Amino acid sequence: MREYSKLIFEISKEGRCAYKLPACDVENIDIAEIVPEHLLSKKDLFLPEVSEVDVIRHYTLLSNKNYGVDSGFYPLGSCTMKYNPKINEDMACIPSFTQIHPYQNEKTVQGSLQLMYELSEKLAEISGMDQVSLAPSAGAHGELTGLMIIKAFHENKGDFKRKKIIVPDSAHGTNPASASVAGFEIIEIISNEKGGVDLDSLRSSLSDEVAGLMLTNPNTLGLFDENIKEISNLVHEAGGLVYYDGANLNAIMGKARPGDMGFDVVHMNLHKTFSTPHGGGGPGSGPVGVKKELIEYLPVPIIEKDGEKFILSYDKPLSIGKIKSFYGNFGVLVRAYSYILSMGAAGLKKASEMAVLNANYMRSRLKDYYYLPYDRVCKHEFVLGGLKQGSNEVTTLDIAKRLLDYGYHPPTIYFPKIVDNAIMIEPTETESIETMDAFIEVMISISKEAGENPQLLKNAPYNTTVRRLDEVRAARNPILKYTKMV
Amino acid sequence: MFPYIPNTLEDEALMLKQIEAASIEELFTDIPSDIKLNRELNINPQMSEIEVQKRVKQLSSKNRSTEELVCFLGAGVYDHYIPSIIKHLVSRSEFYTSYTPYQPEISQGTLQAIFEYQTLICSLTGLDVANASMYDGSTSCAEAAFMAAEYTKRKTIIVSKSVHPQIRKVLETYMKFKGIKLILVDIKDGVTDTLKLRELADSKVAGVIVQNPNFFGIIEDMTEVEEIAHDNKALLIMSVDPISLAILKTPGEIGADIVVGEGQSLGIQMNFGGPYLGFMATTTKLMRKMPGRIVGQTVDVDGKRAFVLTLQAREQHIRREKATSNICSDQTLNAITAAIYLTTMGKQGLKEVAYQSMVKAHYAFNEIIKSEKYNVVFNKPFFKEFMIEATQSVNVINDLLLERNIIGGYDIGVDYPEYKNTLLLCVTEKRIKSEIDKLVSVLEEVK
Repeated sequence: MREYSKLIFEISKEGRCAYKLPACDVENIDIAEIVPEHLLSKKDLFLPEVSEVDVIRHYTLLSNKNYGVDSGFYPLGSCTMKYNPKINEDMACIPSFTQIHPYQNEKTVQGSLQLMYELSEKLAEISGMDQVSLAPSAGAHGELTGLMIIKAFHENKGDFKRKKIIVPDSAHGTNPASASVAGFEIIEIISNEKGGVDLDSLRSSLSDEVAGLMLTNPNTLGLFDENIKEISNLVHEAGGLVYYDGANLNAIMGKARPGDMGFDVVHMNLHKTFSTPHGGGGPGSGPVGVKKELIEYLPVPIIEKDGEKFILSYDKPLSIGKIKSFYGNFGVLVRAYSYILSMGAAGLKKASEMAVLNANYMRSRLKDYYYLPYDRVCKHEFVLGGLKQGSNEVTTLDIAKRLLDYGYHPPTIYFPKIVDNAIMIEPTETESIETMDAFIEVMISISKEAGENPQLLKNAPYNTTVRRLDEVRAARNPILKYTKMV
Repeated sequence: MFPYIPNTLEDEALMLKQIEAASIEELFTDIPSDIKLNRELNINPQMSEIEVQKRVKQLSSKNRSTEELVCFLGAGVYDHYIPSIIKHLVSRSEFYTSYTPYQPEISQGTLQAIFEYQTLICSLTGLDVANASMYDGSTSCAEAAFMAAEYTKRKTIIVSKSVHPQIRKVLETYMKFKGIKLILVDIKDGVTDTLKLRELADSKVAGVIVQNPNFFGIIEDMTEVEEIAHDNKALLIMSVDPISLAILKTPGEIGADIVVGEGQSLGIQMNFGGPYLGFMATTTKLMRKMPGRIVGQTVDVDGKRAFVLTLQAREQHIRREKATSNICSDQTLNAITAAIYLTTMGKQGLKEVAYQSMVKAHYAFNEIIKSEKYNVVFNKPFFKEFMIEATQSVNVINDLLLERNIIGGYDIGVDYPEYKNTLLLCVTEKRIKSEIDKLVSVLEEVK
């Protein structure tokens, strides 16, 4: 059934239907009698007409053309594609969580509020921060929220000069993009030979116009920046704040905390570190934690405990305001909460330890075949720079595409930008040595294929439902929706 | 042992040997000792599945859900019917455990589902192109305002007071930090005051934001608003209820440039506020200014039809600070949910949902007004929500309703102090006559 290639619109047939509603049991009214004609649509609605079986088969067949963590190894660097425990899905689907209207009276939603309150306390402890807001919908949304907090903090002190944010050249693309949305200019600084922040570059960029520094630690090379205390001190001395991009928190849970490294604001990706599923791109959740001095700037509402009651508090005059509808991606929060309960303090620590051990194991076994630009102990991920026996023909993209033939999701490629031909591998703690060994053997085979038969890689993949796509054509002549064939 | 961590002590020893390390601790020596956490995290101990279930259900049982209560609350989130097949399809792990479809050869399922979703959103709204989703209706609206500012190179946005107060609050936050001026245009008789809008609109305005049906449930006539926006070369941004589009004039017919909205109604659980679905559609002209992911159709090397993320030159991972938005993770799974919902309901079903909601809301309205205990606030055509003015505070009324297992309306006075003791009630196709009659009779009991 891999050959199934119909769009839902192409199996539509007039008169079919996949739904049943009860008959309308109040008096029927002609809409034209209650709404003036010029407010009604004159167009016929173009929606498919299919049966229930059609819908089930169509989307089931589509799902067969996808690859998830449940399908196999997914060593996608920076994305922490760990296993998504099923108990978490069950907990998130409890009807007295899902069937709650967000504007219901507070006394009818105490369970949900308590869960959120407890989750934020746990996340504060894990990150070493004083208070956490669960509102942001994703990592980038957390970044934006954190940067707004930084801006509000400076401006509330009457300091309006600080309009710049420093971002290392190894940073995620969302860092500079979020800073721009929060109304900042960006200063990019270079990385040193060890892949960390270049202190001279940092020093020369700091001034009374700098609002803060955004940093990922371990950074996007998977390397822990040993100078972190000095870095945060330098920024603080210059009057700036330090922001922690929590994309790589899976490396250090229970081992070290951003709050103890001098970070003032952090965001965490619950859809990475805390095992909630990526959903093919979302929904995620990106809680933001802050130090004491910044609590009053957190977005509203804040969940507070008032005696035995939990309440949503909006009375926060210095708050940056509202950053999304309602209170956070609650369904995602339930999953993360269940995950933390399952793992406990010891489990989270063990998860980070094994994520790091697994990454170092793979790094060590692959470095004879692939170029390893930073040959030192890594944390939860590491970055290779293409084939060790450099080939003029075979690119990192070809290697990634060949991996598809062997049934793997490829690592992240061409990121971070500071490594040429980057292949960024993050196994996570949920993979066994057997799984990693099998992948490593394939990577070794591919490196040999590259030498013996480069064309084999250039034309890969062969075994997938579709083969390499014409992406240029997609962008030049965008076809972004189905239009009926004439 | 931890069920999600497969490697044994023996495996650990083997791996440590391979990397020539004596212990796992040795792999953490790059973390300076003064910042190491030299204690256990002060959170719960590990729990078994049975214990987790027990604990979580202890919490969920403190809630009172619409499973047991009858919901007449709306205000942007709606208790519409969700077909059973949705959960079965969306919980296919190939969908929910996959990442963003950066590797199209093994992601055609997600990519095609998004392509179909984009088509369905275009069809509903009457606009040319839609993106793969935004976080929710509010942030989608804020991003639309940014788009308008970027496209027109202007720095003022006008928003009608009849737009959902929560959307306006999110707009305030986003615009404040980006340095864009946000002007509120007043309402008259429950709809955007076009006289005042005409006074406020000038050549500095990038976009005019209106909502239909508006926050009060009223179907606004957008003819004049559209003229005013376009006379000033500003963009018309409409926030809409997607269900209403089965009946009401589409933003495309009205002449909107960008349409956004909350897609929760399209098969997504109310979930205490999220995750939801922000949808966005625009014209071909504005396509390259649109934020978020977009899926396009192309062919593979064998000429086979295939789908791929496209127009990526707009996005943060390519353009960094020059990207149209910082959005990365979006709400893809909920977009797929919406696609399945729209497919399942189909042409006839969506019309029926819209029709039944509207007719039942009018029945409720007429019955409540008949009692003469409540006043009509605005005499305007409405969709599935309406306002009534009481002689008692909304809290008193809602408490009484709750005693009878009914979730009452939204207290309009919270955001519009000029409308005291005023309830916004919502009726969807899920409500049956006897439930509405009960609402009416309890409302009549209010002293």
